[in-house]
Amino acid sequence: MTVAVVQFGGSNCDRDAVRALDHLGVDAERVWHADGLPDDPDGIVLPGGFSYGDYLRAGAMAARDPIMAEVREAADEGVPVIGVCNGAQIGSESGLTPGAFTTNASARFQCEPVHLRVERADTPWTAAYDEGDVIEVPIAHGEGRFEISADAHADLVGDDRVLFRYCDADGHVTDAANPNGSTDNVAGVLGERETVAVLMPHPERATLPDLGRSTDGAGILEAFA
Amino acid sequence: MTAYTATVTVRLKRGVLDPEAETTQQALERLGFELSDLRSADRFEVDLDAADADEAADRADEMAERLLANPTIHDYDVAVAER
Repeated sequence: MTVAVVQFGGSNCDRDAVRALDHLGVDAERVWHADGLPDDPDGIVLPGGFSYGDYLRAGAMAARDPIMAEVREAADEGVPVIGVCNGAQIGSESGLTPGAFTTNASARFQCEPVHLRVERADTPWTAAYDEGDVIEVPIAHGEGRFEISADAHADLVGDDRVLFRYCDADGHVTDAANPNGSTDNVAGVLGERETVAVLMPHPERATLPDLGRSTDGAGILEAFA
Repeated sequence: MTAYTATVTVRLKRGVLDPEAETTQQALERLGFELSDLRSADRFEVDLDAADADEAADRADEMAERLLANPTIHDYDVAVAER
């Protein structure tokens, strides 16, 4: 029983995720996509990177990989699944979560710390926080702009499935604090179940105390603890 | 069976921001070109054998639905020609 960190060709945050989870005392292992999921995983991480070279669209190829049928099945059974960055793109491309992540409004790759407002504190991913908390977690993406149709956005908000929004250091959700032009400053969303989530920022890069300026992301990964 | 080329054109839905097209337009303008707008699209040319043009179009349509386009942000069209 362990958390499976799914490694696709071109994933590059898989080791970081395992190390961050190890730090939190969570047993985690990398799983090569072609080997399929282990039996009864405790959880699944779709890590960041550039799976399949971001060909066609970021996440498009990995989303059609056979292991994703297993991931969707596990998600439907209640296994916690989180997609981070490229994993978020894979999650949305595979229909685990609504909307799409596409080219930043800046048309540039952006690697920088951002602030996130915790919009729900009653999910496994945010139990360590209070609603309205502001956390600092880095982004590193060229295709992170959240796009969604007006109808689907209304459903998303109506169903309270926005997990994080980009905000300023004081928690204000403003255009200036929106790094990539995401609709409604959305940085992370829930799937149909609260046990399924995706986000563009990297919690595993804000978990180890000796790595940088923030360990605010640890609370997200503590969902697996 | 007849040999066809199905051309699938995938473009962003109207109203969806296209930063790459905007950047391209700005670069053209820097080169001195005058233009009112610019849109980009992806074109896939799929060679396949099918009983008739309708079957070829149906198969290309399914390719677009399942992989080539993302319905959240894209529209697409399919054109079939004998090869």
